[in-house]
Amino acid sequence: MSDFPLFPAQASTIAWQVDALYAFLLVLTVIFCLLVFGMVIIFAIKYRRRSEDEQPEQTHGNLVLELSWTIVPLFLALFVFLLGADVFFRLQRSPSDPLEIYAVGKQWMWKIQHESGKREINTLHVPKGQPVRLTMTSEDVIHDFFIPAFRVKNDVLPGRYTTLWFEATQTGEFHLFCAEYCGTQHSGMIGKVIVLEPADYHDWLMGASSGESMVEAGERQFQQLGCETCHKSTATGRGPSLVGIYDKPVTLSNGQEVVVDSDYIRESILQPTAKIVAGYEPIMPIFEGQISEQSLLQIASYIKSLSESAE
Amino acid sequence: MSHAVSANGEPRNYLNETYGIKSWLLTLDHKRIGILYLITLAVFFLVGSMFASLIRFELMTPKGDLVEAETYNKLFTMHGVVMIFFFLIPSIPAVLGNFLIPLQIGARDVAFPRLNLLSYYLYVAGGAFAVLAIIMGGIDTGWTFYTPYSSTYSTSFVSLALVGVFVNGFSSILTGVNFMVTIHKMRAPGMTWFRLPLFIWGHYATSLIQVLGTPVVAITLLLVCFERAFKIGIFDPNYGGDPVLFQHMFWFYSHPAVYIMILPGFAVISDVIACFSRKRVFGYSFVAFSSLAIAVLGFLVWGHHLFVSGQSTYASMVFSFITFFIAVPTAIKIFNWSFTLHKASVKLDSPMLYVMGFIGLFTIGGLTGLFLSTLGIDVHLHDTYFVVAHFHYVMVGGMVMGFLCGLHFWWPKMTGRMYSEGAAKLGVMFVFAGFNLTFFPQFILGYLGMPRRYHAYPEEWQALNIMSTAGATVLGLGFSLTIVYLLWSLFKGEKAPANPFQAKGLEWDIPSPPIAHNFEAIPIVTWEAYPYGEEESTEPSTEAVPERAKEDEVV
Repeated sequence: MSDFPLFPAQASTIAWQVDALYAFLLVLTVIFCLLVFGMVIIFAIKYRRRSEDEQPEQTHGNLVLELSWTIVPLFLALFVFLLGADVFFRLQRSPSDPLEIYAVGKQWMWKIQHESGKREINTLHVPKGQPVRLTMTSEDVIHDFFIPAFRVKNDVLPGRYTTLWFEATQTGEFHLFCAEYCGTQHSGMIGKVIVLEPADYHDWLMGASSGESMVEAGERQFQQLGCETCHKSTATGRGPSLVGIYDKPVTLSNGQEVVVDSDYIRESILQPTAKIVAGYEPIMPIFEGQISEQSLLQIASYIKSLSESAE
Repeated sequence: MSHAVSANGEPRNYLNETYGIKSWLLTLDHKRIGILYLITLAVFFLVGSMFASLIRFELMTPKGDLVEAETYNKLFTMHGVVMIFFFLIPSIPAVLGNFLIPLQIGARDVAFPRLNLLSYYLYVAGGAFAVLAIIMGGIDTGWTFYTPYSSTYSTSFVSLALVGVFVNGFSSILTGVNFMVTIHKMRAPGMTWFRLPLFIWGHYATSLIQVLGTPVVAITLLLVCFERAFKIGIFDPNYGGDPVLFQHMFWFYSHPAVYIMILPGFAVISDVIACFSRKRVFGYSFVAFSSLAIAVLGFLVWGHHLFVSGQSTYASMVFSFITFFIAVPTAIKIFNWSFTLHKASVKLDSPMLYVMGFIGLFTIGGLTGLFLSTLGIDVHLHDTYFVVAHFHYVMVGGMVMGFLCGLHFWWPKMTGRMYSEGAAKLGVMFVFAGFNLTFFPQFILGYLGMPRRYHAYPEEWQALNIMSTAGATVLGLGFSLTIVYLLWSLFKGEKAPANPFQAKGLEWDIPSPPIAHNFEAIPIVTWEAYPYGEEESTEPSTEAVPERAKEDEVV
């Protein structure tokens, strides 16, 4: 049977929920098809034209029938909507404290970095039984990170971050595809997701030379780029302090409030004047075009770590 | 009447009224313009099908070995662009709509005959740009032209193709305006809105979308051209643009465009099912208003193409919610058609076989749409072969079956010739079987996770792909057979009587083919649509020629 599969592997906590919903809709589809096909075929045979001058009795419709095939599909449709929305909500909201992994898509490869600093290309190692959240961005066109065995997929956009989470339930190797058409080698932008037992994942992570962690790399660049001359750890610098601000709201000079997340940090590095924190001058230089997506992710990790150590 | 016979002794009709290539290329007769569209559309259909066959042959093996990746990308792009913009969107309205709307409402032509000819030439000009883009080397963006790939990264002939689609858009807008005005202002005396055949209601709803939606996509595509030429930041974040903005603007038109492609199919089915069951369409007003409901709701659901594009969770929920409402008018149509057969007198001639095929395939196409509007499942299915299978069931299973159905039903009226009914029955069987074999395996491939637009794929999916290619071969045979016997009928077919199927409707009360001005005298309508079983009342009343008809004689 392995040469002729009908269902994909079920390897994440969400997979069976998607499959159950799919099965439910399949049943609904079969019932409706049988009803319609049955009606059409039986009527066509039963009421076939028996003589050329046959004239059937005319009817104009039937309000009860009309209302029933308006209302029944309506409620069925809304019921299916609710079931789908419920699963979608669970796909969108990752459990708290997931394992964070970062992915950058470019024509035509996936560059992945773990928090420890370990990098891999077109392969993603993850531990079994632990929620994993991917933060993703693209260096060029729109890509899409798709793992069929986990039933998860999300576009990977240039200029902003998107996320995707899953919890693998089986060890093994699974397909990774780019699902958004991205140019000539689109069908070559594929890879493997390798699910390991947590201990094996730990060994893999520590194996070989992983070099500096993402936070360390972020800290190094934070110093090299001279960020720390203005963004001091106390509120005495020319820029706001970055300690303890991650995931917290901050008031802007125009009175609006934004939550400090990776997207806001990214924008504030590339286009600092876009959203200035109240009480500060727009004096920061623009880093647009001078800093890679991976470096941005590392600096964001570092800034995030300043909030974790502050708690 | 002396003018009723042409030079060679045949009764005068719109085909032998005048001769010469110029009399065709500069014609203002809606019927001749319909025929011009039919010929041009057939060429585009053949070109688009050729691309499709190459795609299917490439996918017989998991490795990308028949053509290069770049060529493959161009093939599926050009297949989509040609089929959607130059075949499906114009198909039924431009051919059957043009030919039949004036005949069915009892008018001598559309409201603006010159505008109608202009529409045709805009279509030809748009098509010429697209063909030029193909000949110069093609485009590789996918028919959806997603930015920033299309606006910055692709080095193929994107702008040229976009200009083609842009120009063609005006053809669509002008046709829509023309039909709407025609339906409002040109109906024969007594032809009230609720006496109109459902064919007219379907085209009215279609025209509404064409007029309101097409300008949006025209502007969007022009903006992509501007970004390519002048690097202004609209869609590419490198210049400060928003890549997802394009998707919102594109689908604001292109989702309603799906209904541009299917509502005329519904329109045909209603007329044909009434004729071959000799019954009024069950629940006439429900069927009529469900077309309008689909047209209106169609404008509110574009976001269901963006569930995984980073759109906000709550926006996705609203779009999913509204999308489910479209299931209701669609279900209304399917059930009303099916119930029309109840206690009817059903004859399974080839147009009716197409109706049965349409109902079968469109029901599957519609129900699989539910899977895709269900948020939790669409995340997995988005951009896989499930989507490809779904829209082919709707577009080919629905619209192409609908088009062939209408073409077979009105072919005798249009050409004055009968085709071979045996060959036609064989053709519809081939098309139906081939279609299912081609696209059903793709539902399974999609759930397995095979992404669309893939030139190479994992080996375990080969068996299903071979089935699909085998089906495409059968489907191709079916289409070829159809083209052959229809062409054959033009030369060797029996002369068609005025009403070969004992159908009701003003177009069947006049000779096949009709005379150039359609009606000797404008009919006065005193009966409802589809007056089957009411022999007496349907004779066109010519006793009292109203004022308006006399005026028309002068013009």
